Amino acid sequence: MRYLPLNENDRRAMLDVVGVGSIDDLFDDVPESVRLKGLVDLPRHQSEQAVERYVSALSDKSISASSVPFFCGAGAYKHHIPATVDHLIQRSEFLTAYTPYQPEISQGTLQALFEFQTQVALLTGMEVANASMYDGSTACAEAVIMATRAARDKRRRAVLAPGLHPYYAAATQTLVQTLDIDINERDTRMGRDAHVIDHIDDDTACVVVQSPNFFGEIIDLRPICEVAHARGALLIAVFTEPVALGALMSPGEQGADIVVGEGQGLGVGLNFGGPHIGLFACRQRLVRQMPGRICGETVDANGERGFVLTLSTREQHIRREKATSNICTNSGLCCMAFTIHMTLLGDTGLKRLAALNHETACALADEIDAINGAKVLNDSFFNEFTVRLNTSAAGVVEVLASKNILGGVPVSRLTPGRNEDLLLVCATEIVSRDDMRVFGAALEETLS
Amino acid sequence: MNSGGRPTRPVAAGSNPPQTVSGSKALNQVQKLIFEIGTPRRTGVDLPEPKGTESRLGSMERKGDIGLPGLSEPETLRHYIRLSQKNYAIDLGVYPLGSCTMKHNPRLNEKMARLQGLADVHPLQPESTVQGALELIHELAHWITTLTGMPTVAMSPKAGAHGELCGMMAIRARLDADGESKRRRVLVPESAHGTNPATAVRCGFSVDEIPGTDQGCIHMETLREKLVHGDDIAGIMLTNPNTCGLFERDVIEIADLIHKTGGYFYCDGANFNALVGRVRPGDLGIDAMHLNLHKTFSTPHGGGGPGSGPTVLSEALKDYAPVPFVVKDGESYRLIEDADNRSFGRMCAFHGQMGMFIRALTYMMSHGADGLKQATEDAVLNANYIQASLSDVMTPAFGGLCMHEALFDDRFLRDTGIETLDFAKAMIDEGYHPMTMYFPMVVHGAMLIEPTESESREELDRFITSMRSLAERAGSGDVENFKAAPIHAPLRRLDETRAARNPILRWKPPDEPPKAAKQA
Repeated sequence: MRYLPLNENDRRAMLDVVGVGSIDDLFDDVPESVRLKGLVDLPRHQSEQAVERYVSALSDKSISASSVPFFCGAGAYKHHIPATVDHLIQRSEFLTAYTPYQPEISQGTLQALFEFQTQVALLTGMEVANASMYDGSTACAEAVIMATRAARDKRRRAVLAPGLHPYYAAATQTLVQTLDIDINERDTRMGRDAHVIDHIDDDTACVVVQSPNFFGEIIDLRPICEVAHARGALLIAVFTEPVALGALMSPGEQGADIVVGEGQGLGVGLNFGGPHIGLFACRQRLVRQMPGRICGETVDANGERGFVLTLSTREQHIRREKATSNICTNSGLCCMAFTIHMTLLGDTGLKRLAALNHETACALADEIDAINGAKVLNDSFFNEFTVRLNTSAAGVVEVLASKNILGGVPVSRLTPGRNEDLLLVCATEIVSRDDMRVFGAALEETLS
Repeated sequence: MNSGGRPTRPVAAGSNPPQTVSGSKALNQVQKLIFEIGTPRRTGVDLPEPKGTESRLGSMERKGDIGLPGLSEPETLRHYIRLSQKNYAIDLGVYPLGSCTMKHNPRLNEKMARLQGLADVHPLQPESTVQGALELIHELAHWITTLTGMPTVAMSPKAGAHGELCGMMAIRARLDADGESKRRRVLVPESAHGTNPATAVRCGFSVDEIPGTDQGCIHMETLREKLVHGDDIAGIMLTNPNTCGLFERDVIEIADLIHKTGGYFYCDGANFNALVGRVRPGDLGIDAMHLNLHKTFSTPHGGGGPGSGPTVLSEALKDYAPVPFVVKDGESYRLIEDADNRSFGRMCAFHGQMGMFIRALTYMMSHGADGLKQATEDAVLNANYIQASLSDVMTPAFGGLCMHEALFDDRFLRDTGIETLDFAKAMIDEGYHPMTMYFPMVVHGAMLIEPTESESREELDRFITSMRSLAERAGSGDVENFKAAPIHAPLRRLDETRAARNPILRWKPPDEPPKAAKQA
């Protein structure tokens, strides 16, 4: 077996050193009744070529985003990733390193994390950020828990806006249900986010508002922040598309206390939903309530600047049952991809990328709005918007797929039994004029 | 698992070689922060000029700079390559972090994870366009349930700790469904990973610790006593092999006792790599167990993630599994995305860590049933070889054989003035990543060494020679050099206490000159 360096002579000699007669003796503590006699019922080892053939055949059975006109968003976004990003994250020193708990030989990862945290703080308009969470949805749930902790557990309600991504709402509901945190009854609905203020009461620890929201609508967080703060609640701002922050006023500038979101759109591919990367930022005063790993600056014995993981007294390996979260592993290598892409872009590149996304989406919205039986519902949007069709969106998407067009996400897939005529359409910088024409023509034909 | 747990504070600088003008030391190049070398106007991507169409951003446009520095492509490459050279990695040498399982990461896994039809697919594409991706998840689930001997696996948990949540939430959902909501106490051995008690509390349980015996296993008498009044017990969280590197011999009885008292058995699968192909956890009577695909099945650790924590569930718990999951329906595959009445809900936005699934399946198929078993045996043999080769100069925490990791305590350092931390830092100068230290906490000054199956006998012998030499030097009173270690690493010992007392968590522009000075 190509991954195993020991041969039979090695094993024999090593067993002698250990002082046992056979490998079986090393498993002596395992009760006889549960020792497997033969091999488990799975295929035997295979050559690299054979495995590659099998996995490639599976790959060939799917339609990839790059191979067809592509308009899906709804929480995962297809952008062009510079070749440099994927090359660098495959460096052995980044790919095959553990969590940087030994800072003297982990400065590469640690400095990159410090830079990552600063980029996330700048992008969100917050003072501090952590070294990432699993994804945007779990970051959202952790933010809600953090908000109740910041209220010293005296406030037990979280109010989720109707425009929050349905899967973020579901994950948050699931992940807090065991903690006596009360979540408001809600439906995923368009155009109702501003009314979230009606649900804020004195027991409300936080209000969770997404912008651009699930339907692509851009929400002004300022009036919501005002009411939340007046009632003593925190405002948690959520985003699912980091590129949007290149074009929009930051959530921090609008008054948010905690900002969480999905960072996949920068540097990380679609990956059929994972791994993605949860971004998590907050105000300085809340930092000791923040979950997850945090990197900080310090000096070494010679006084040279260096970086370490810090504030670990919040974390499970020190605090055990009193930890702020049980999170341990985060999205390390995805942080690398995110931060490298951000470094390549810089301020100028990110803003330009955001502007291109917006322009492309505007052009597509005009194209679709001109079709009989399709109407764009958004007052505002960044690179994604909601279209009302004269028929079932799921059916239309199937027809388009049969024509090799991935024509968006039917809202009803995420809100079963409701919103059946709504289609979410996304256009990033990868969409060409030709793609739009092909999509427009096919949609028109399908709807007529 | 971590090897932190004890903040370091440098105590001695020792001797230093002469300084260079640049500050660089040959291959170890000084590299400033991107904020100190880049500017907001510089960029490493060429994008077309926007045409300037009318904005539909609802008057929420960003005004002014974000403050993000950019670098050109060559500068970017050099920045990160220089940083990379300050990192230790499995591809560089022995990485014996006990419980973390730093094994070889085959590059075929990386290649497969980048195939377009698996990597470049959207999680919400129509099912008909992602049949290959769904089939891969289904196939991996088959390998996992076969290796563990369990009826089902929830694939969506995103890391080990997320898998723990999955298992414990399934237990809680089952208890609540059975009207057993008074069961809110979870038994956790003192030697457990910190995630176990943190997870239990996160799921609304209280934690009741069970001590270990002086042989490193669970104290059965105490366990039996706790179970006498066990009608509030939800279950037990047990790692097997445990964090001392020992197989819990009484595991079948433990499962039996817990079930008789009405509770469930959560097994922490962090050490499943010691059992793959030789023991199926399902045969031990467990109800839930997460796998760490990034440990056991070699999807890389990536400097701290991403992980992947599929969680196997027993007959008693399987109906409570979270959504989504993949089912085979005739010749096609379907994704069940909506929770029915019994599923405890949804753990994350999409379907789990597909990128890790591809790598894990590639790894499993490469090994096959025979190779996986051999890997387990080699891992256990390597650990025992190290323990046997060091037991006369270091002090094994317990007598007898170990499983996949060898646990030493600090008795051999007694009266030397040298602590486990100093010993670990001296290993860095020898070219090794330190072992896990101060964990498990039940052993004083613990050093937990896990070589994995990936090391050759020659590499192990070099490692053993270094370790023996360090142990002998410690015994001979070479305190100063141990306290100064590491001296050959890119940086000397870092001041973690200072970092925590005065947290600097991001770069900030240098202070503006004081206003008075400006006016002048």
